[in-house]
Amino acid sequence: MTAYLLKRLAISLATLVLASIVVFAVLEILPGDPARLMLGMNASADQVELLRNQMGLNAPLLLRYLHWAGGLLSLDFGRSYTYSVPVIDLVRERLAVSLPLALIALALSTVIAIPVGLFSASRRGRAGDTISMGAAQLGVAVPNFWFALMLIYVFAVWLRLVPAGGFPGWSAGIWPALKSLLLPAVALALPQAAILARVTRSALIEVLNEDYIRTARAKGLPYRAVLWRHALRNAMIPVLTILGLQFAFLLAGTIIIENVFYLPGLGRLVFQAITQRDLIVVESVVMLLVAAVIAVNLVVDLSYAVVDPRLRSRQ
Amino acid sequence: MTLHIDIPEETMSGILAKAFRNTAFVTGFVITVLILAMALVSYVWTPYDVTKLVIADKTQGPSLAHWFGTDHFGRDILSMIMVGARNSIAVALVAVGIGMGVGVPLGAFAAARGGLIDEALMRVNDLVFAFPALLSAIMITAIFGPGAVNAIIAIGIFNIPVFARVARAGALAIWPREFILAARAAGKSRTQISIEHVLPNIATLLLVQGTIQFALGILAEAGLSYLGLGAQPPMPSWGRMLFDAQTRMVVAPWMAIFPGMAIVITVLGLNLLGDGIADILDPKSRRQR
Amino acid sequence: MSLLEIENLSLTIGDTQILKGMELSVAPGEVMGLVGESGSGKSMTALTVMRLLPYAARASGRVSFDGIDILAATEDQMCALRGDDVGMVFQEPMTALNPVKTIGEQVAEGIRWHTKATRAGAEERARRMLDRVGLPQAKFPLSRYPHELSGGQRQRVVIAIACALKPKLLIADEPTTALDVVLQAQILDLLRDLVAESRMGLLLISHDLAVVTEMADRITILRRGEVMEAGDTARTLSEQLHPYTRQLAQASTHVPARARPHDTSQGKPLLQVEGVTRDYPGRRTSLFKRAVPIRAVDDVSLSMQPGQSVALVGRSGCGKSTLARMILALDKPSSGAIRFRGETTTGKSEAELKPARRDMQVVFQDPYGSFDPRQKVEKLVAEPLHVLDKKPTRAERREMVAHALHEVGLDQRDMDKYPHEFSGGQRQRLSIARAIITRPKLVVADEPVSALDVSIRAQILDLFAELNQKLGIAYLFITHDLTVARAITDQVLVMHDGKIVERGKTNEVLDHPQSEAAKALVAAAPDLHRAIARRMQEQG
Repeated sequence: MTAYLLKRLAISLATLVLASIVVFAVLEILPGDPARLMLGMNASADQVELLRNQMGLNAPLLLRYLHWAGGLLSLDFGRSYTYSVPVIDLVRERLAVSLPLALIALALSTVIAIPVGLFSASRRGRAGDTISMGAAQLGVAVPNFWFALMLIYVFAVWLRLVPAGGFPGWSAGIWPALKSLLLPAVALALPQAAILARVTRSALIEVLNEDYIRTARAKGLPYRAVLWRHALRNAMIPVLTILGLQFAFLLAGTIIIENVFYLPGLGRLVFQAITQRDLIVVESVVMLLVAAVIAVNLVVDLSYAVVDPRLRSRQ
Repeated sequence: MTLHIDIPEETMSGILAKAFRNTAFVTGFVITVLILAMALVSYVWTPYDVTKLVIADKTQGPSLAHWFGTDHFGRDILSMIMVGARNSIAVALVAVGIGMGVGVPLGAFAAARGGLIDEALMRVNDLVFAFPALLSAIMITAIFGPGAVNAIIAIGIFNIPVFARVARAGALAIWPREFILAARAAGKSRTQISIEHVLPNIATLLLVQGTIQFALGILAEAGLSYLGLGAQPPMPSWGRMLFDAQTRMVVAPWMAIFPGMAIVITVLGLNLLGDGIADILDPKSRRQR
Repeated sequence: MSLLEIENLSLTIGDTQILKGMELSVAPGEVMGLVGESGSGKSMTALTVMRLLPYAARASGRVSFDGIDILAATEDQMCALRGDDVGMVFQEPMTALNPVKTIGEQVAEGIRWHTKATRAGAEERARRMLDRVGLPQAKFPLSRYPHELSGGQRQRVVIAIACALKPKLLIADEPTTALDVVLQAQILDLLRDLVAESRMGLLLISHDLAVVTEMADRITILRRGEVMEAGDTARTLSEQLHPYTRQLAQASTHVPARARPHDTSQGKPLLQVEGVTRDYPGRRTSLFKRAVPIRAVDDVSLSMQPGQSVALVGRSGCGKSTLARMILALDKPSSGAIRFRGETTTGKSEAELKPARRDMQVVFQDPYGSFDPRQKVEKLVAEPLHVLDKKPTRAERREMVAHALHEVGLDQRDMDKYPHEFSGGQRQRLSIARAIITRPKLVVADEPVSALDVSIRAQILDLFAELNQKLGIAYLFITHDLTVARAITDQVLVMHDGKIVERGKTNEVLDHPQSEAAKALVAAAPDLHRAIARRMQEQG
């Protein structure tokens, strides 16, 4: 068990370090001098050179990487060129929108998908299964930003139940803030729920064909009890895998959805930073997202070990 | 991850007969063919010229003249959807080609060699998977400039580890089979065995993944062009049409509805096709309770 | 009065007729043996009684258990019966247990469900049951998971689940087919004792006539869904009135006609294995300790003469297949040397091995897994021609394949078919055709008949014997089945825990085994003649 844990942890850390090198390298080869960008086109070469020295841009590559990576570790991400504030402040402010959004969406997706998958698997081939899987098939095909537009049209333009976009901030009270996150969360969650429901169903059906299900039924357990006690836990591994992948997808998915709803979140921040060549912000946010993905994958790996005793005794 | 592959033992005619009884396959196949045909027809004929702006006809609702209405420049939405299909299909298809062309040999190679090479390749895969694909695609297109070609590259790169992983898992399930051992006893090299025995046996697996990635590619391309990072105007693209529609939702909802439906139907068709193929070729999908 | 009474049972799955007018009965405390070859419908009979049939199955006729009409019972009634009054043991112990639940949970689950016992009470009973089936507390606490147990131990857990509530009827569907002979004997003993203890009825399903004869009071012989003959075991098998019964009995004990072995003392040896050892990296018990390697093959030496037929016998996991792979140069020894036709094969590259590969071929156990389903027979049988220096032309190749097919009793038109168009026995013929196409000096056959029905197996053994005589091919037969060794080999090597513990003339070793390992194998091997004789004696 500990060996498995340590191995997964080591792999995660190694991936994180490699990822940071990749991010650093990619932004290093990018055209455009950040000092020049900050000072504008009218600045003299001397001024630019001075700023480059101040920003440490003239130091050797390795030193700059170490300095940057060290900064990341101590949460000192540097200052944004365009906003002229510490990146960490920007991130903190934007995270207050994006993180609740992704979490609500993930929760929504799980709460919808797993019961639907169970329901479908337990009535395989019957009308209920056909209908819910047909709906899931449709859900998988819907682009979330188009779905968002349709939601805006119905609930904001037509029914006027929720705002069409924007974010009042948490200071405006929990309810108004949540209300403005509701449509974006639904738009993110439903297509993901469709995928998860399909995976849950097929994982369950695969497990239901296993020999040990027959053993359990030969004990006299009714079909339903077998489904809950024996099939569900064995079907969790593919479901957990997909949940982990979806978290990464939801984080990135916020980029588009936040643009649709004009939400001041991390996704919108990074998108604007890319178009404005605000590299410090880009690298910080990308690293943050990558770290989050790696951390979630680690959690998923560890939860495999909780679900499956065979992994616990393997190295 | 372990994968169990049941190799269907059937003749081509048997498979075809099954295919035509499979609703998902037939529906998916028909939709896919229709969308492809629509894209091809757009090269020779569209109801209206999509490059000509007719301001007099701007933002008209659906009518007999313009079935799906017109946009804010008076262009015919149906014609734009037809031309936009080319772009979506081309981007997604080439991206799948890149993913398969690079990923499958890598995955098959890793499975054939095992050991350190395999481990290293899988770690690189982990690394790529750690970057949310859409975020990286945005970065790539933003860095190298927006456009269809860069969109293809951005989406294609992220198809590589997907196919590598699927090919590796499939190949690992084939390698312990006795017929592989028999081929080794006959003195065949690992490369020969990979080409002659492993790849043909994981072909259906790859085909199914191919349709899935094709569908995902269509969605990704739409997302990128929605953000203005895909095909550039005046070339119509589905995502771009949705972007233009967004601010006009109140006055011209049809501008958003029809291009979106085009995406949904295309992706649905491809997914049904993939499901159908998997269903037909997987003997485990027998109905059982 | 019968406990289980099956009358005129017919069963269809989709459009396929599985059972036709099946009749069978089991009295309390009686052991009924149900025998048949694959596809005879014997497993489906068991699943009908349990009402665990596949979705598309339709049964008609009458099945009554303890006065209950099974085919008309509600699902709730069936749930009350299953596991309480009827227990079932399955063929494949490796997959019959839920991998994520402890053995304690799995045994206690049925007890709790049926008796409404408390958790502690059910666990207490589960503990007693596991003790009873030979899994004592000290080594097998309730908290063990299935993957920590061997195949034989898992089958004991499955038996514990089935017998936990002392059912009136126990159904055992090929309970020992996946186990080696020694484990088989242990599991059969256990079943026999459990049945006697609580006067259970036992429906024992098997393809192995010898196993059933040793166990069953009465026997029912099934063929393609129809009962051929049924009656008292000893009388049925000693009289063999029905032609199919006779055919089965003869096939079970078939010994191919072979001329006396070639004189093997002279000449240069064909194969020499010298002090070969193979270690596999073991599992690390802790992060800080080095893993102890597992020694699969331990300092083995042997030699074979041209044309000689040698059996390598041993229990599963004794290292015999690993040794075979090293002889075939598909695996590398950790130490030691292998010489084939006087030349060392160990440490050679694939290109250097080509001449050796031409002269040694292989036949595998599984007639289904040993052919690429995507290729036609022509290509599959011709695959070893790859090692020839001069590549044959297409016409030459077809000629050679046709000849090889003819030699194994297949039609040359078969070369344009796909493997799935052949039956199991025919595929094993294909496998042999592939092995002899290069006219090798040595064929290594890894359990070549253990997946086949008895009548087919007799034919394949005949074919092996014939080719040995005709082509002078030497065989190394790897098997856990002593009847195969006896039928077709001159010399036998007994392997145990990676070592060769006994060697000599086949008849001498099998009739008078010296080592513990050989004695255990011989004692456990089911033998039809012996079993019938014992039955007759018991009944006087």
